[in-house]
Parts: sequence; structure tokens; C-alpha cells
Amino acid sequence: MRNLIVLALVFLCHAGWAQDWEDQQIFKEAQATATLRIISSTDTDLFAPLIEAFVSRNPDIAIEYLVTGTADLDRRFRRTPDAFDIAISSAMDLQFRLTNDGYALELDGVSHPAWAQWRRSLFAFTSEPAAIVINRAAFDGQPIPQTRQELIEALRARPEVFRGRVGTYDVRQSGLGYLFATQDARASETFWRLMEVMGGLDARLYCCSGDMIDDLTNGTIAVAYNVLGSYAEARAESQDVFEIILPSDFPTTMMRTALVSKETGEPEAAQRFIQFLVTYQFEPTDVTRTLPPLHDRENGTERATIALEPTLMTFLDALKRDKFLTEWENALIQN
Amino acid sequence: MLTLIGGAAVLALLLFFTVRNYAVQVAQQGQDSILEASAKSMLDAATIRDGVVELDLPYSAFSILSTAADDRVFYAILQDGNFLSGYEDLTFSDSQTFQSDYIRGSGVRKISASRTLIGANRRTELQIVVAQTKDALSETLDRISRNTALLGIGFFVLAVALSFWATSTTIGQLGKLTTSVTRRGPQDLSPFAKPVPREMVPLVSSLNSLMGRLDQSLSQSEDFIAEAAHRVRTPLATVRSYAEATLQRVDKEENREAMRSMVKAIDESSRAAGQLLDHAMITFRADHLERDEIDLVDLVTDLVQRMTPIAEMKDLSLKVLGVPRAPYSGDPVLIQNAVRNLIDNAMKYGPAESSIEITVSANPRPRITVCDHGSGFPSSEIGTLTTRFQRGANAKDTIGSGLGLTIAQDVAMAHGGGIELENQPEGGACVTLSF
Ligand SMILES: Nc1ncnc2c1ncn2[C@@H]1O[C@H](COP(=O)(O)OP(=O)(O)OP(=O)(O)O)[C@@H](O)[C@H]1O
Ligand SMILES: [Mg+2]
Repeated sequence: MRNLIVLALVFLCHAGWAQDWEDQQIFKEAQATATLRIISSTDTDLFAPLIEAFVSRNPDIAIEYLVTGTADLDRRFRRTPDAFDIAISSAMDLQFRLTNDGYALELDGVSHPAWAQWRRSLFAFTSEPAAIVINRAAFDGQPIPQTRQELIEALRARPEVFRGRVGTYDVRQSGLGYLFATQDARASETFWRLMEVMGGLDARLYCCSGDMIDDLTNGTIAVAYNVLGSYAEARAESQDVFEIILPSDFPTTMMRTALVSKETGEPEAAQRFIQFLVTYQFEPTDVTRTLPPLHDRENGTERATIALEPTLMTFLDALKRDKFLTEWENALIQN
Repeated sequence: MLTLIGGAAVLALLLFFTVRNYAVQVAQQGQDSILEASAKSMLDAATIRDGVVELDLPYSAFSILSTAADDRVFYAILQDGNFLSGYEDLTFSDSQTFQSDYIRGSGVRKISASRTLIGANRRTELQIVVAQTKDALSETLDRISRNTALLGIGFFVLAVALSFWATSTTIGQLGKLTTSVTRRGPQDLSPFAKPVPREMVPLVSSLNSLMGRLDQSLSQSEDFIAEAAHRVRTPLATVRSYAEATLQRVDKEENREAMRSMVKAIDESSRAAGQLLDHAMITFRADHLERDEIDLVDLVTDLVQRMTPIAEMKDLSLKVLGVPRAPYSGDPVLIQNAVRNLIDNAMKYGPAESSIEITVSANPRPRITVCDHGSGFPSSEIGTLTTRFQRGANAKDTIGSGLGLTIAQDVAMAHGGGIELENQPEGGACVTLSF
């Protein structure tokens, strides 16, 4: 790991699309001959240990890690599939549609259980529940809500405390937010009532989990709904400030997925990376993983986990999406 | 056998293709009906409100399209032929409800369904096209094909094994029958008593009846030969004794001469009849050669003993020479007959008051040689004397039929050997029988 050069490159002066990345890093050993361009929606610090482990074991492969939002990732990847070797995203539905539309390369050499992959092209490697994260300070002396219903009641009980201090994804911008919202809506009507309550409290809308947690940390908001628990846990200070609640009424768990571009120039290296990724995340290990591992379906979380199957395309339908967004806007944006 | 195997192969192939064909149809129908259900459920979710078509895609429309083979799914929603949402490159030409097509690198099966929506002031036609790749279908078909192929092969193997079994049991029984027929001795004409399969009972019973008839006719001809010899010799002996008696009483020299030639002629015909019957007997026995374990020395000694009285009348001495024992398996009656003819010749054509040497040897093959001290065979005729009724120039004055050497030769040949005639350099004829 000593001779690993981690380069944080900031392309401020360079023209072109490169400016738009949320983050962009290159991981390489001195003798690297091939470079894999990974476009990802996952923050670099969560992924870096895994990539470093990979690069040290495969010194011939360098990794260029590009971070952007899920919806943007889908747009860019569709526009220039040959510009990327691997796409990693938390928006299962978008990843699924990319695969269904034929953008993903079939990898015959990767071994992974059938439920965690689709067409040997799309590979799941984390299990991450959507969580309600609250700032403990705002609930001082109050019972901590454990379900959406209890959250609704808590918000209604003290509107003066929560006005302008609840946050959730802007599902119009965030692919992951849209996925969580549609899954919630499918599961229960409670979701819509919660949205209406949040709308009534002038909810703040966020593009990304990171921003939402920042605001939660500094007290701007007291409740974040449908945020990734893994992101909140990753914050060192989280132990004291947050309470991460996995709602017990109907938990929603998504799996982060990776696919290899059909137009990749490095199919062999890409396959090695995917195999490493799924093994690292699925096999039991002593290494402390920064990314939440992929849980086996045996332990009972499978009912809550969004399955990799064609139903993921339902809410991506243009007509359906328009209808959903209209309803969502009606509920959440009330002034 | 080949016909059976070929037939089984054809049947197995036929089975394979029929079942596979049927499976293809059934599997395709299965996929078609799922596609149809999906399209219908999408259509059912369509409503028209304020003249605008709203389609709230049901979750189930996609969930029923989920397959174990992770088939890709495409759909398109069109209003009056204009694309609304889904996959714009998914098109559908009219005619059949179900079509097979190629989309984005995969073979798909697709269906189109449509419904007329009636709004407040207009009618509109909503069309839904749903397509699905055929991976699960082809996996199912592969599996069915594999199983069907196994079934076909199993059927083939079973049919071949059965036909092998059937033919080998019949052929095996036939083979057993054949060996038991072959192994039988020439005299064994008893019926086959061993149980045989039902199918072979007629064959065996007709074989048994044939052998019964054969047995009967053989014993008849054996009896006939013995009977015939007796019937010819007895009257001839009577005639001869009358002629002898008459000769005693006749005084006139010319009449005596006539009587003498009459006796001679009677002797000739008696001899000829005897030899002919012997020859017939030998031919018969040689055809059904019966081998006994015998010692040739014993046999010759025994014969010599019996012939000694006749020899002594001519002051001839018979000497048995050679090995002390010569075991051999052959027909003693035939061999004695042959040797008797040779000794008979030696006594007839050799001089009186001399000796006849009978030499028995055992190695390399058993042989019996009879030598005399006469004038030998006429050298010009030596090659032809063994033919039937062939007598030599030196036989003018002796009674004979020309069958003696023929009989000896037939006997030797029946035992797988031969006869050899030669004249000794110091005079005298030698005949060797080898076995
Ligand atoms: N030992 C012998 N010496 C000289 N000539 C012989 C001798 N044996 C056979 N022959 C000649 O061979 C001929 C054929 O012999 P063969 O025994 O076949 O007939 P056969 O003696 O004339 O009549 P038979 O049938 O009564 O014996 C005789 O006629 C005789 O000419
Ligand atoms: Mg003779």
C-alpha cells in the first residue's frame, strides 16, 4: 500500500465534461498497464479501501474513479457507453434498465448467487436499508419514532420544532430517491400521508444523501427521511448526534449494483474487478468494510430487499413517472 | 438383427422429434399466453380523462414477465399509432398476434394488443406491444431436448437389448441343438429328448421322425445285405456239391471236363457273389464308420490263426512281424476283411512252400504290410489293379473277381489312409495298408 499513489485530480482549468464530476480520483500502482474508468454514484471515501485492495492485488490495473449522481450517471452512460468500463450505482431501477437495454456486457466468469445478479450482467454487492435519521437533540425527552406512522405523529405533534427542518430526497433529481419513494408508495399508503405531512412542514429537498447528512449534522434539519443508513454511519461523529432508525413497518432495502459496459476496451480487467468486488462484499472477511456488505437472503431480509427483476422498470415508464411525480409534487410542495 | 436395430433407431429418432416438436409448441404457447396477460393488464390500466390517455402501468404486468433465465423485456405504448412511452424501436407490423423478431441483439417473441378508449368527445385507439427475449424458452427447450434425447437413446438401447436377447435365446437354443446333433455318434439315431423352447418343438419333432425313418431303413439294408449273401451262397454251395458228386460218377472224359468247368464257374460266381456282398458291406460300414479301440497286432494274429489251416494246405507259412503292440481306433471288421484279402492274394499268386510276411508297424502311422515271394504284380498293370473288377494278366488260372484290392483300398481310405502296391527287388509282391 506504500507505493500506492492516490491522486486527487481537480480539473478546474481543463475544459469539457470533466469539470462536472463530484469527485474524480485515480488509483494506480507504478506498473499499471490498463486503466478501468468507473463511473459511480458512491462517494469515493466509501469505495477507496476496496479499490486500494484491488489495485494492490492487481498492480497491472489502474482505476479512475468518477463520482456523480444516479440520474446523471444514467444519462452520461447512455450518451457515451464507450467512455466508461464499469457503472456502479445505487439506483437499481436505472441500472436494471441499462442492462435490459443492452448496455451491459455478459460476464461468464463471475460467480455470484442468482438472486444477486441479473443476466450475468448486473451484480449486486451491498444490502442497504433506507433509514430515517434523526438528530437526537430534536427528540430530547421525546420517544424515538420506530415506524412511519409514529414519525407522522411525532411531526404533527410539534410542527413548530420541525417546520423547515425535515428533509428527504428530491425524487426528481435523485435516482435513488425516486427508487425509494416508488418502492414505499407501492408498499403502503402511509408513504403518501408522510409526504403530505412533510410537505406541510416545508420539507427541504436534497439531491444526495451526503448533503442531507451534512445538514443533519449541523442541525439545519432534525429529520431525514429515506436516507442511506450506511452514509450516516460512515460519519465519525454520527454516534453522538444521530439516531438511525430502520422503520419496522416496512423496511426498504436496496442493493448497490455494478455492470460492465458492453463497449469496454478492457473486458478482462473489468471482469476481474467485478469478481473482486462481489467476493469482497459477499464473502465473510476480517477486513472492516467501509461499504455495507451484501447480506445473504437466508437471514430474512429478502422480503424487504428490492429484487432484481423486470418490475423495476414499472416506475421508469414515462407516463407512470409523470403521474408519480405529479402526485409527489402535489403532496410535498404545497406553497 | 440389423433390421431390428435399424428399426429401433428410426423409432427412437421419430420419438425424439415428435416429443421435441410438441414441447416447442407447448413452451411457445406458454410464453405467448404470459405475454398476452401482460399486455392485457397494461391495457386494462388505461383510462381517458379530459381527452388525455392515462396509463398507470401495473406492477404485475412486469412481475409476470420475470423468468429464471432473466429474460429481457421491452414494451411500447402507442396512441393512434403515435409513440407514447416505452421502447420506441419496438415496432409491430400487423397480421398475426404473435411475432418473433430481433431487438437489440436478442431474439424476442412479441405480442400486440389494442383497445378503443371512448372519451367525452373522441375515440382513441391504444396499442400495447410487449416483447420478451426467449432465453427461458430456449433453456426449457434445451432441457426438454436433452431429456427427450435420453428417452430416445434409452428406448433405442432397450429395443436393441431386447432384440439381442430374443435372437440370442432362439439362436442359442438352435446352436445347442446343432452341437448335440453334431456330437452324436454315427450309429446314434435315437430321438432328441431334451426340452426345447416352444417355437422349436415342430423342428425337433420332425427331425426326430426323420431320424426314426433313417434308423429303420439303415437296419433294413444291413439285414438285407446279410440276407442276400446267405441267399446266394447257400444254393450255390448246394449246386456245387451236386456237381462234385456228379463228377465222381461221370466217366466220360469230355463230360468230366464239362463238369469241371461247371464247378469252376460255380466257384467263380460264388466268389464273385461273396466279394460283391463284402464290398457292399464295406461301402456301407465305411459310410458310417464306427471306431473301436483295437490293437492291430492282436487283430492280425487272430486273423492269421484262422487262416493258417488253409495256408498249411499249400505248405505256406504265415509270419507276423513288426512291433509287439499297435493300438489304433478303427473298425475291426473292415480291417480284418482288408488284411484277409491281401493274405488271400498272397496265397493265390505266391508260390507254394514259401512264407508270407505280415508286418505291423505303429510309427509314424499304423501300417500293415503283406509280402509274398511270388512273381509280383505285372509291372505294366500295377497302377490299375486297385480299380473294380480289374484283374492282372497273371490271374488267368486263378479264381477271383478283381475286387480284393478294391476292398482293401476302400477300407484304408475309410480310415483316412491309403494303399500302396510294390514289387520287391528280390521278387515278390508287397501291399501296404496305412491308416
Ligand atoms: N500277391 C500278388 N502277386 C501277384 N499278383 C497279384 C497279387 N495280388 C494281386 N495280384 C494281381 O492283382 C489282381 C487284382 O487282385 P484282386 O485281389 O483285386 O483280384 P483277384 O484276386 O483277381 O480276385 P478276388 O476278388 O477274388 O480277390 C489280381 O488279379 C492279380 O493279377
Ligand atoms: Mg484277390
